Amino acid sequence: MHIMEGFLPHPWWEVWYALSLPVVAYGIYRMNRLVKERRETLPLLALAGAFIFVLSSLKLPSVTGSCSHPTGTGMGAILFGPALTAVLSLIVLVYQALFLAHGGITTLGANVFSMGIAGPAVGYLVYRGCTRLNLHFYLSIFLAATLADWATYLVTTLQLALAFPSATGGVVGSFYAFGTVFALTQVPLALVEGVVTALLFKYIIQVKGDVMVKLKVIDEKGLGKLREAIPA
Amino acid sequence: MKGEIIAGLAIILFFALFLYVAASNTGADWGGADGEAEGVIAELTEGTYEPWFEPLIEPPSGEIESLLFSLQAALGAIVIGYFFGYYRGKQSA
Repeated sequence: MHIMEGFLPHPWWEVWYALSLPVVAYGIYRMNRLVKERRETLPLLALAGAFIFVLSSLKLPSVTGSCSHPTGTGMGAILFGPALTAVLSLIVLVYQALFLAHGGITTLGANVFSMGIAGPAVGYLVYRGCTRLNLHFYLSIFLAATLADWATYLVTTLQLALAFPSATGGVVGSFYAFGTVFALTQVPLALVEGVVTALLFKYIIQVKGDVMVKLKVIDEKGLGKLREAIPA
Repeated sequence: MKGEIIAGLAIILFFALFLYVAASNTGADWGGADGEAEGVIAELTEGTYEPWFEPLIEPPSGEIESLLFSLQAALGAIVIGYFFGYYRGKQSA
């Protein structure tokens, strides 16, 4: 769930716009280069974008008695990194802000920052860290996607806490108050998103594993091993 | 098959948890987390905060809103299905 239209006061909405714009600009630059120079990666780019489309439209009920939706940005972050994922998220966020009154134009900067930049950055780093540690491939994907989703809502919580510090507890007090709404609700959703993303990666390995090697997501040896594990 | 079974179980568990909460906690209204955040903001500012900008277009009803949300999901699902269908077919051909 994104921050709603008009719910970030001055100067916060400008701050988040200022932080998001350079990343989105860099992402557009990277995307242009990818489209021109490595056309074989385009189907995967479309897949990552489509995954964000589907997951961020599913409002799911959580144990807290309220609903929220997953982000789907983990996949894009693992395959293409945070900058490109920021551009993909921007498309979804603009659609939802313009036609669905979900999120908003004034809060777009903040929402792009949480969903398109912070979450994917966490997912990307977690995936890279797990690969360093030689963790099992699907476990790494699961952890990266789950934490990307969850980090998004931790940042949303932080954004609101900074803008609305509580009179008694300050920013920390507000962080707890918003945290019970966003971060807590998101836990089961993030876990499910992690599992589903890991499963989809099994299929990607099957049909487009070679492109993943080119994108340096896995190496040739790792791909061979994973392919062997999947019965034809 | 292992991956599919794990994912299936996770999703079933997720909805079982929802049904359990729905059955035991009758106070839940399953509203959106963003709407609840609005409540927290009202509490923190003691009701003084007014959103300073309104959405330009608001879906005229809940039905239209769910139409647009399902359109979004459908578009994404078409692309995902096309991707896997196309490349799997190509592989087995």
